[in-house]
Amino acid sequence: MHALPLAYVARNLWVRRVTTLLTALGMALVAYVFATVLMMSEGIRAALVATGQPDNVIVLRKGAGAEINSGITRPQAAVLETLPGLARDAGGRPLLSKEPVVLNSLPKRGSGKPSNVTLRGTGPSGLALRPQVRLVEGRMFRPGKAEIVAGRATAAGFAGTGLGESLRFAGREWQVVGLFDAGGTGFDSELWADADVLMQAFRRASYSSVVFRLADPAGFEAARAQIETDPRLTLEAKPETRFYAEQSEALASFIRILGLTLSVIFSIGAVVGATITMFAAVAQRVGEIGTLRALGFRRGAVLAAFLAESLLLALLGGALGLAAASGMQAVRVSTVNFQTFSELAFQFRLTPAIALQTLGFALAMGLVGGFVPAWRAARLRIVDCLRAA
Amino acid sequence: MFVLRLLLKNAFRHRLRTALTVLGLVVAVCAYGLLRTVIDAWYAGAEASSSTRLVTRSAISLTFPLPLSYAERIRALDGVSGLSWANWFGGVYVSERNFFAQFAVDPPSYLALYPEYRLSDAERQAFFRDQQGAVVGRKLAEKFGWKLGDQIPLRGTIYPGTWTFTLRGIYEGAEVGTDEQQMLFHWKRLSEALRQRTGAGSDRVGVFVIGISDPDEAAAISQRVDAQFRNSLAETLTETEKAFQLGFVAMSEAILLAIRAVSGIVIVIIMAVMANTMTMTARERLAEYATLKALGFPGGFVVRLLFGESLLIAGLGGALGIAASFPAVRLVGQLTGTLFPVFRLSPTTLALQVAASAAIGVVAAAWPAWRMSRIGIVNGLRHVG
Repeated sequence: MHALPLAYVARNLWVRRVTTLLTALGMALVAYVFATVLMMSEGIRAALVATGQPDNVIVLRKGAGAEINSGITRPQAAVLETLPGLARDAGGRPLLSKEPVVLNSLPKRGSGKPSNVTLRGTGPSGLALRPQVRLVEGRMFRPGKAEIVAGRATAAGFAGTGLGESLRFAGREWQVVGLFDAGGTGFDSELWADADVLMQAFRRASYSSVVFRLADPAGFEAARAQIETDPRLTLEAKPETRFYAEQSEALASFIRILGLTLSVIFSIGAVVGATITMFAAVAQRVGEIGTLRALGFRRGAVLAAFLAESLLLALLGGALGLAAASGMQAVRVSTVNFQTFSELAFQFRLTPAIALQTLGFALAMGLVGGFVPAWRAARLRIVDCLRAA
Repeated sequence: MFVLRLLLKNAFRHRLRTALTVLGLVVAVCAYGLLRTVIDAWYAGAEASSSTRLVTRSAISLTFPLPLSYAERIRALDGVSGLSWANWFGGVYVSERNFFAQFAVDPPSYLALYPEYRLSDAERQAFFRDQQGAVVGRKLAEKFGWKLGDQIPLRGTIYPGTWTFTLRGIYEGAEVGTDEQQMLFHWKRLSEALRQRTGAGSDRVGVFVIGISDPDEAAAISQRVDAQFRNSLAETLTETEKAFQLGFVAMSEAILLAIRAVSGIVIVIIMAVMANTMTMTARERLAEYATLKALGFPGGFVVRLLFGESLLIAGLGGALGIAASFPAVRLVGQLTGTLFPVFRLSPTTLALQVAASAAIGVVAAAWPAWRMSRIGIVNGLRHVG
């Protein structure tokens, strides 16, 4: 069977430029919404998943789910320090960090509206456990001092957290002495201070979480079993990567579900647009269709040609939408993660999978919108067509 | 009359095309209404707040408790007419998907401050008497099929363990905007359980709710409360209930902004579709319009014909879309379950839907109308071919 050349299809779209553009624009907007939503969801996931280190283990109180709900008493933390198989630093100290985590309500720069910022108490081993965190300006906080180092996103977004500025809370003045870059991970949205100073200032008797590294990552199951069967500990241990992946779940899936539902609803509008355009295309070219058929092109070829025209139109829309969406990658967004009740900054992320899904979605719109008109074109009888012309 | 008939005939000349355009409009207007309703739902807490209530929380953040001993000192301040307190419990009923708010409160004083939670006297007394008891909002009880006397187990995330409550009352909201998806139980039960578990120092409350008699005094009283505890171990931050609620909304500002943007996009999509329909229509009728002009109708007449037809279709689609919004909002409200305590179509949303339909009609006809008004009679007639 002879197919109609693709150039014929493309030139038909070109002849009706305004209509083609308007229809493609409708589809482009749907593709744009579809892509940005997936990019947002992916950005949140990527930021939090990268926050965890594959070899690190985080311990929280059983059932706590998030660090702020959790509590680990000093005796419990001491038991954890005696676990066999902990990795050790050059000085022979175990790579284990006992961290109090509190939320601090700070005003945003610009709007002045308050939001919750995670304030984490840590120490030298906490830094050793997170190699992705690098100090970019100033210096580290000194042990025993009311000093803070701020994540990049926090310093940019919240008043009083820039280098050289200071914050007043828990009855003290806290000096911001350094800025750190955590490579776009969740730590970028935090403030870090000395763990002991924080415990004292907030009069806390318990830590929020304990993070440690095992000398042999394969020993995780054994360590977990030991922690969960010890009657003194009502704690649970998780690989850090899994913990942070869970933290992203609620927000990422909320955005994905909301966005995909919207995309599907919106696509009805765009599909209607494509159908109208294609019906008009068929109606205008009845004579032409008759001529083609008379020349020997089969019904299948006519169907394929009109479907191809609709798909090409959709591809154009999809590509336009994707191009606009890829521009969103430069945008940084900060919002409160429901699960941790604290700010999380992230970037829209375009992955090849998202690009393919977007184009696939656009093509599906073209297929649905173009099928009925193409089918009608193929069903026309040669005699009727030629008579109409 | 003649013009109207002409408009109707014109609009339905291409039945299929008009039907498809109307379908697109219905979907767009309905989706726009839904998105506006989602945004409204976010602000429901702030909308339902009372100007005679202030909320005092720890100055550091909501996650830090305040000592119960503050209660007496706040009550003694000028302008304070009532005082109660509440702790966020953060329990999970069966699964995380069933999210709803639970507060441990001091029942008599709390219900006195929230007269919009309507409870029969018998249920109120039963709740006061039973320290294991709880009351829930009507919607929540309907959603989970709870009846008076039922046992409700919650798994604590902040307070470990499983907590079981006996349902002693179901309250109804006095206004449409009242949150009917909360659960209230005895603060004493929480504090006593904590005392047994952790020893002393468990008289801690999440927030104080202050009743004031004169809303104009809100700012002054807030300052008085905060001044009372300045430089203490737990400094406070007092604001009106509305500001407190808006603080939560502000936290998800980025998401709200995205939803707002998207609700605008759906209107632009349908504008493109509709403009396309009108452009095609005008192109097909080129010769016809030229004939009208040749017969002596002024150029403005053709323009009015196009705008009229566009508005007619947009009006039809808009009206059907608005009509479809009511069942759609109800359906989505049921599907999202307890996520949004208040989910209803507001008058503002309806007005915006009408405005959006009109805007679509006008914008869609603008370009073809401009083209048609400029087309010369000769050129137009030549188009007949």
